[in-house]
Amino acid sequence: MDHISPVIWQFLVKWLTNFAVIPPEASKVAPQVDALLLFMTLVSLVGLTLVILLVVTFSILYRRERNPVATQIEGSTLLEATWTIIPLGLFLVMFVWGSVLYFRIYTPPPNAMQMYVVGKQWMWKVEHPGGQHEINSLHVPVNKPVQLTLISQDVFHSFSLPAFRVKREAIPGRYTTVWFEATREGTYHLFCSQYCGTAHSAMIGQVVVMSEDDYKKWLASSTSGVSLAQNGERLFASLSCTACHNGTPTARGPNLAGVYGSTLTLTNGQKVTVDDEYLRQAILNPSARITQGYAPIMPTYQGQISEEGLFSLVEYIKNLNSNYRIQQTTTTTELAPAATAAAVGTKGMVKP
Amino acid sequence: MSSIVSLPDQTTARIPKRNYITNENGIMSWLLTGDHKRIAILYLISITFFFFIGGALAGLIRLELLTPQSDLMAADTYNKVFSMHGIIMIFLFLVPSVPATLGNFLIPIMIGAKDLAFPKINLLSWYLYLAGGALTLWAMISGGVDTGWTFTVPLSTHYLNTNVVTTGLAIFIAGFASIFTGLNFIVTIHRMRAPGMTWFKLPLFVWSNYAASILMVLGTPVLAITLVLVVLERTIGIGVFDPSKGGDPILFQHLFWFYSHPAVYIMILPGMGVISEVISTFSRKRVFGYSAVAFSSVAIAVFGFFVWEHHMFIMGVSNYSTLVFSFLTMLVAVPSAIKIFNWAFTLYKGSITFETPMLYAFGFMGLFTIGGLTGVFLGSSGTDIHLTETYFIVAHFHFVMVGGMLMAFLAGIHFWWPKMTGRMYPEKISQLAAVVTFIGFNFTFFPQFLLGMLGMPRRYAAYPPEFQVLNVFSTAGATILGVGYLLPMIYLVWSLKYGKIAGANPWQATGLEWQIQSPPLTENFVEIPVVTQEAYDYEWLDRQKEREVTQVG
Repeated sequence: MDHISPVIWQFLVKWLTNFAVIPPEASKVAPQVDALLLFMTLVSLVGLTLVILLVVTFSILYRRERNPVATQIEGSTLLEATWTIIPLGLFLVMFVWGSVLYFRIYTPPPNAMQMYVVGKQWMWKVEHPGGQHEINSLHVPVNKPVQLTLISQDVFHSFSLPAFRVKREAIPGRYTTVWFEATREGTYHLFCSQYCGTAHSAMIGQVVVMSEDDYKKWLASSTSGVSLAQNGERLFASLSCTACHNGTPTARGPNLAGVYGSTLTLTNGQKVTVDDEYLRQAILNPSARITQGYAPIMPTYQGQISEEGLFSLVEYIKNLNSNYRIQQTTTTTELAPAATAAAVGTKGMVKP
Repeated sequence: MSSIVSLPDQTTARIPKRNYITNENGIMSWLLTGDHKRIAILYLISITFFFFIGGALAGLIRLELLTPQSDLMAADTYNKVFSMHGIIMIFLFLVPSVPATLGNFLIPIMIGAKDLAFPKINLLSWYLYLAGGALTLWAMISGGVDTGWTFTVPLSTHYLNTNVVTTGLAIFIAGFASIFTGLNFIVTIHRMRAPGMTWFKLPLFVWSNYAASILMVLGTPVLAITLVLVVLERTIGIGVFDPSKGGDPILFQHLFWFYSHPAVYIMILPGMGVISEVISTFSRKRVFGYSAVAFSSVAIAVFGFFVWEHHMFIMGVSNYSTLVFSFLTMLVAVPSAIKIFNWAFTLYKGSITFETPMLYAFGFMGLFTIGGLTGVFLGSSGTDIHLTETYFIVAHFHFVMVGGMLMAFLAGIHFWWPKMTGRMYPEKISQLAAVVTFIGFNFTFFPQFLLGMLGMPRRYAAYPPEFQVLNVFSTAGATILGVGYLLPMIYLVWSLKYGKIAGANPWQATGLEWQIQSPPLTENFVEIPVVTQEAYDYEWLDRQKEREVTQVG
C-alpha cells in the first residue's frame, strides 16, 4: 500500500476498526428502539432492492434492442392493490411498534429519581434534589430509573442522549419530562440538538453513568450543603408565601401541604391534578386558575424567580407534608415583629 | 445503445423564424411580457442564479465540516451560512423550481391553451419573486441572518441581532409569487382546457402541478401570517409567542409546520409529474395505472395538510396527538409507494431507451425511494425521538429534495430543453453528468444517515472528532456533486448556440407540446387543437406520423 499516504491509511484503518452504525446501547430502552430500527432498515432494504430489481430487470428485458415495440397495458387493479396494501400494512406495524416505544419513553415510572434540568444559551444546568448542581454534565446511577424535568430559560433547546435513545425539547415557559434507565456504566455524549444560536454546537456535555456506590460517593462529594427543597423553603419564606399559604383556618391562600398529586376543583368547576407544571403556572400566573373558595388575590411572580428557584419551590411543595414549620415561622414573625425576613428564613432552615 | 432521438436533417433544418423568442426584440419585450413561456425563461434564469448561490453556501458548509473544530469560519458565520443555504434553496429554488419554470412553460401548452388565465399576474409573480430574492440577498450581504430556515421563536424574535425582519419580509413577498403561480394554474387547468381535453386525458404532469397548486394557495398564506407575527413580535413585541406575556412558542411551531410540511409536497409533487412524463416517453408506454398515479397526487395533497405535528413529536405535545399524527404520516407514505411501483411497472413490456432525462428519472426513483423509506423511520414516533434533529433528518430531506426534486428538475430540463430552445445538448456528456450527479449525491448524503444514527446533531459548526471520517466522505462526495451540477450549466449554455436543431418532436413523445414547433409560437397553437386521444397514446402518435407521410408523400 505504498501508493496510499500512510496518514490516510492509518486514518482509514482506525476508522474501520472502530466502525459503528449505532451509538452504544446504554439504557433499558435502547435495545428496544434498535430492534425497531433494525426492522425498518431490513424492510427498507427489501423495498429498495425490489424497486432496483424491477427497474434493472425491466431495463434489460425490455430495452429497445430486445423489444422494439412496446405492449400497451392499462394497469392492473390487482397489482396496484397489492402495492397499496402491503406497504400500508408494513407502515402500520411500524406505527404501532413506534407508538408503543414513544409512550414508554415519555411515561416515567412512579418510582423514578427526579432531576431538574434548565437549558440556557449555551449550557445545561442540572439540579439534583440533594442540592448538587452540575453544568453540562449529568451524573446518574446505573439500573435506576431517572426522570428529568426540563425547561429552558430562553430559547428552545433539546436534551439529546443518543446512547440512551432519548431526547426531549427544553421549551421556554413549560415543563417537559423524559426518563431513562441507564444499564451500562460509562461516559456518553450529551448534546443540545435544537439550534439555539451562536454557540449551539458548544452546548454539549456528558452523561456519566456510575455504579450505586460511586454515585453515592459522588453525591456526597458534590453537594452544596443545601438541598433543593431547603432552598425552596428559604424562597417560600423570603417571598412571603408563608403569609397566605400557612394552612391556618383563616389563611387567605390554599393549604399546600400534601397538595402535590391531589385533584383540585377550580372556581370554574374544572378539575385539575397538581403536578410540576401546575405549580409553576400557579406561581407565575396565579389568577389563571384559582382554587375554589379562594379569592384571586395572589400577585404574579413572573420575572422575580429564576427557573432554578421555581424548581426549588416545586421540589419543596412536592415534599411538603405538614404546615408545622410554616406555622412556626409565621408565629415567630408575630412574636418578634422586629426580626428581619432573612433571619426568619435562616431560622426556618436550621430547625428540624 | 439504440435511441429514440430523431432529429431533422441538420443540413437543411432551421430554427423556425417566428417563435416566442424572436417574436419581439429588446430587453423591455422580456421585462414586460405576458407570455407564459418567456416568464418561464425569466424564472429559469433567476432560480438558476439562486441555485448556484445556495450551492456555493452548501460548499462552505461542507468545507467547514471537514474538520471537527470550527476553524474555517466562526460559529456565528457558520450559522449564517446554513441559514441562508436553507432559505435560498427552499424558498427561492425548490418551491418555484418545477412549477414556475417547466409548469409555467408547459401547462398551457399541455392542455391546449394559448396562455395562462392571468398573464399579468403571472408576470407580477416573477417580479414578487425577484423582489423577495433581492431582499434576501440584501439581508445576506448586509450582515446575514442566523435563524435557520425555520425562523424558530423565541430565538428569532428575542435573541438574535441579525436581519430577521428583512429576511422575514423577503420570504413573505416571495410567498405571494408562489400563491399567484398556484392560483393561475388552478384557474387555467379548470377553465382553459382545449375541446376534448377531459380531466382524465390530462398529462400526469398537469395533475401533479394541480395538486401542488392547491397546496400553494392554501398553505402559503399560513406561512405569511406566521412571518408577519414573527416580525410584529420582534419589532413591537405583541407577545403571541412569548410565554411571559401569555403567548406560546409552540403555537409558532404549529403555524410554521402547517405550511412547511405541505411545502415539502409543493416541492416534490411537480417533480413526480416530470418523472411520469419522462418514464412514459422513454419506455414508449402509457403510465401504468394512470388514474392511480393521478389520484395519488391528490391524496398526497390532501393528507399532506394533516401531518404537520410529526415535526414536533419531542416538543412536549400530548402523547395522544402524536398517535394521530404518526398514523396519518404513515398514510401519506402510501401514495408515494404507489407511484414508485407504478413507474417501475410502466417499464414492463415497454421499449426502453436510456437518454439523459431517463437516467435522471432512474436516479430519482432510487434516491426518492430511499428518501421516502427513511421518512417512515421519522414518522414512527418511537424512533423519531432518537433520529430527529440529527444528520439523519438532514440526509432524509436531502434525499427527497435534492435526490428527488433536483433530479426530477434536471430530468425535466433535459427533457424539455429542445422544446424550450429548439436545440439539443450533447448527449454523451449529459449522460455522464447524470451519472456523476447520482454517484456524487450518494457519496455526499449517505454517510449522513450513519452520522444521524450515531447521534450527530444538525446545525453544528464543531463536532466530536469520532464523526470526522464520515464527514470527510460527505465533503468529498459534495465535490463530485458540484461537478455534476456545473456540467449541465456549461453544456446547456453551449447548446444554445452550437446544439443540433431539435425539430418539433425529438423524443417522439405524445404530449400536445411536442406536436407544435420548437421553440413554440407566442400563441402556442396556430389553431386550438381538438383532443381525441388519451394521454400517452403512442399508437395515436404513430397514426399521426403515417398520415403526415402519406399527405406529404
